[in-house]
Amino acid sequence: MSKENEDVKIGVFVCSCGTNIGGLLDVKALADYAKTLPNVTHAEDNLYTCSEVGLNSIKEAIEEYDLNRVIVASCTPRTHEPLFRECISEAGLNEYLFHFVNIRDQCSWVHTKYAEEAFEKAKDLIRMGVAKAINLEPLNKIEIGIIPRALVIGGGITGMSAALSFSNQGYKTYLLEKEEELGGKLNGLYKIYPFDIDASEFLKEIKERIQNSKNLEIFTSSQIKTIDGFIGNYEIEIKQKSKIINLSVGAIVVAVGSSLFIPSDMFGYDGITRITQYELESKLKNNDINANEIVMIQCVGSRIEERPYCSTVCCMTALKNALIIKEKKPDAHITILFRDLYTPGTKYEEYYKRARENGVLFIQYTLDKAPIVEEKQIKVFNENIGEDVIIPYDLLVLSTPLIANDDNQSLAQMLKVPLEANNFFLEAHVKLRPNDFATDGIFLGGAAKWPVDISTAVSQGYAAAARASTILSHETIEVEGTTSYIPEWNKDLCKGCEVCINVCPYHAIDKNEEDEIIIIEALCKGCGLCGASCTKGAIEIRHFTNQQILSEIYALGGREIG
Amino acid sequence: MANKSKSALVIGGGIAGIQAALDLADMNIHVHMVEKKPCIGGRMAQLDKTFPTNDCSICILAPKLSECFRHPNITLYTYSEVQKVDGSIGNFSAEILKRARYVKEDECINCGDCAEKCPMRVDDIFDRQLRKRRAIYMYYLQGVPAVMTIDKENCLWFTKEACRICEKVCEREAIDFDQEDEIIQLDNIGSIIVATGYNLIEDINSNVLKEYGYAKYKNVVSALEFERMLSASGPQGGHIKRLSDGEPPKRIAFLQCIGSRSNRGKQYCSSICCMYTTKEAMIAFEHNNELESYVFYIDMRAGGKGFQSFLSRGKAEYHINYIKSKIGHIDIDKNKNPIITYENLDSGEIKQLKVDLVVLATCIIPPKGIEKLAEVLKIELDDYNFIKTPPFFPFETSREGIYTCGCVHEPMDIPNSVAEASSAAGKAAEIIKRG
Repeated sequence: MSKENEDVKIGVFVCSCGTNIGGLLDVKALADYAKTLPNVTHAEDNLYTCSEVGLNSIKEAIEEYDLNRVIVASCTPRTHEPLFRECISEAGLNEYLFHFVNIRDQCSWVHTKYAEEAFEKAKDLIRMGVAKAINLEPLNKIEIGIIPRALVIGGGITGMSAALSFSNQGYKTYLLEKEEELGGKLNGLYKIYPFDIDASEFLKEIKERIQNSKNLEIFTSSQIKTIDGFIGNYEIEIKQKSKIINLSVGAIVVAVGSSLFIPSDMFGYDGITRITQYELESKLKNNDINANEIVMIQCVGSRIEERPYCSTVCCMTALKNALIIKEKKPDAHITILFRDLYTPGTKYEEYYKRARENGVLFIQYTLDKAPIVEEKQIKVFNENIGEDVIIPYDLLVLSTPLIANDDNQSLAQMLKVPLEANNFFLEAHVKLRPNDFATDGIFLGGAAKWPVDISTAVSQGYAAAARASTILSHETIEVEGTTSYIPEWNKDLCKGCEVCINVCPYHAIDKNEEDEIIIIEALCKGCGLCGASCTKGAIEIRHFTNQQILSEIYALGGREIG
Repeated sequence: MANKSKSALVIGGGIAGIQAALDLADMNIHVHMVEKKPCIGGRMAQLDKTFPTNDCSICILAPKLSECFRHPNITLYTYSEVQKVDGSIGNFSAEILKRARYVKEDECINCGDCAEKCPMRVDDIFDRQLRKRRAIYMYYLQGVPAVMTIDKENCLWFTKEACRICEKVCEREAIDFDQEDEIIQLDNIGSIIVATGYNLIEDINSNVLKEYGYAKYKNVVSALEFERMLSASGPQGGHIKRLSDGEPPKRIAFLQCIGSRSNRGKQYCSSICCMYTTKEAMIAFEHNNELESYVFYIDMRAGGKGFQSFLSRGKAEYHINYIKSKIGHIDIDKNKNPIITYENLDSGEIKQLKVDLVVLATCIIPPKGIEKLAEVLKIELDDYNFIKTPPFFPFETSREGIYTCGCVHEPMDIPNSVAEASSAAGKAAEIIKRG
């Protein structure tokens, strides 16, 4: 043990995580093992280290044993590292003197059938963690200023709602729309379910609120050209027709909505007598329905292998339009061919009931026995009677899904945010962070994320704006101190080859006027790419220094810790 | 610290209330959060895992509980109720009844010595009556605040003037039998958010459940009871056992729409059951890789992000059998195995299936006490007694300055509750920032 290590006093807390870890690994034995490691002054096991009880025992141990390093061996740093860091900082330690050892996601969960080997692995992981903890250094977070302005990308109902919320809270807001008019999909709808209110009326009301808002600047026929910067400080270049406009904002909301799927080559779609629900909306608007025998087919292009999701709005849209036609033409025959009818909650289920009471006919089909569309009739297999039913039609309406916009990919690249498998934008956490991106300062809502109806879109617009307000309401904010840097003693090593500039995914590295490499710490996420690629080994990553990483490797390989 | 001039009042400490409170607090607005139960956490704390990621529910909730507890801009009132509200948008005042725990919150360290010695055994509500707790108890293991509570109705001191053992064993002298209910007056409240969640149809004595043998047959349980059975910190320590004989079930039937979408129960759809049932079947399979599971459903409702692929995984990797059907009735054989009589809606046949355990996906209903709360707040309820919301603004109520989120106005899943909580917080913030 080297001399400076003598003062290091480590506390190790091994979490049982209910049975998530404790069901496979003997956490008590792991804590006992930790006690045998160098510099470990205290070790214990907890049922849930993250509970208030667990956190209190960390704080008490810090005081009682005069700990200056804390290790929690438990679930995953993704969800829990901030909590433990805050806990030790409340107890007076620098939060970077905390180290997380992942023995759940990377051990007990993935080795359920190999308890013994998993136990040995957990010991290795803890030993490595202790080796690293000895070498941890206190770091400071970086404080950055916040520009109290917001940019909302997309002027549909979600974007307009977000913009209204920002402006009502007193933030200068820019609302950007690529079309000539605000309103998005609302422009093409006739009535909105389940309230049967005219889409144009509702849109008019929202637009009036937008017009009357203070602090709100609208850019129609506009598109994003470039986005630079980081949380609290974004520089955006937009192009409005031939004009270039520069904006500075502190937070961004992505509300670009979705596109309509065109069912070419499906069920004889021709846009005339075989149309989509969206096309039907404009016919209803113009009072242009001459048909008496109407058939609607649900899930056209959705819930299939190519597009394996439910678009959530199509069942209600079909019910709504069926009811509207029934009201206009009570004698019309309407049949809806569906797979599973999606009318969750109180209001939608009521709507379904109303449609049945009004004489709309429902026939279920399965994917392997899909309806066959002929010139004037449709054949569909009815499981209940065990044979084909033939239904004549003079108007066939196909319920097609909302799909991700083609340009989501390029916007995602500019914002450096991810998309999911169907090219919708991917939020930070499906369950608990539905309107955040993993990238700080950027938020999302509405159909850009997943197909939603109007009420949900309004709600998510407000939600995304509220989430962004948690940043905009501060003058400054602290960001991670785990950044890359060139230590003084390494400065001579750098030959200015610029490999680091090219590999940095966050555009955090540049050259200054003296032709020296500079790292913009507020942009750096500490990913380590530059450090690993540096041809001269000049770049170090704070909290992941060469010494810290090597000490873990040595500990794994059996060399002396220190 | 937040600007104290105007605060927000959040009623309900489940995930919706928690998110709303955290958002407001992070906007530098002071929040008073009132929770009726001894701890915050709500329904999410009772769940084992959450769909569609199968994240451990308490594991992702616990950091939020701590954050709420420690946030300098949040004042928590647990074991408390809002009794009276006066004023109007921008300037409400409220009267909070903070019930006596008979335990000093600042002194109790939740060591559990008192509960260990308490002689009274009482049904544990948090664990859906599947185990007994003591008259002095922790509401649930990871509960926040982590302090004990004496349940006055069952404590021997309050019922028979005897015992007081807890007082003797508590080294921190945290027990205080002289504690009294407190009335706390809160002024300068700019806006109010109602997030009091939901109950389940088994919480009221519903006739609908009788035909499924619920409460009559031990091997017919509700889905929330099953969550507790799955949970590591639940009454069975995370090992699924039948209530009749303690045997692990090899064949489980999950029955959908129990009391929902029904003329005899509630007309509406409870929105979340198709998905949590699939999750429960998956988790049960992970407990026992030879498990057979059958889901009896009317329509499979999987509209959320990743839900369809979750179902596909359920079928392919967890061998869940989905049967489109109508349930007739449930009997039992001499070994107490439930026998389900049902109509297969695909084939039209009447069939029977014998299983070891039946799990009922019971209907979500408005929370107990909603009528009284609506009266206090002067807000309207809808035909089902959920909070009435205006068209297109599901987070608004009939009264300006009072907002809502989560299941108290309509059944919904966690992501929707969280998103709405943020919307409600945004609206509440508009009012408060206006001053």
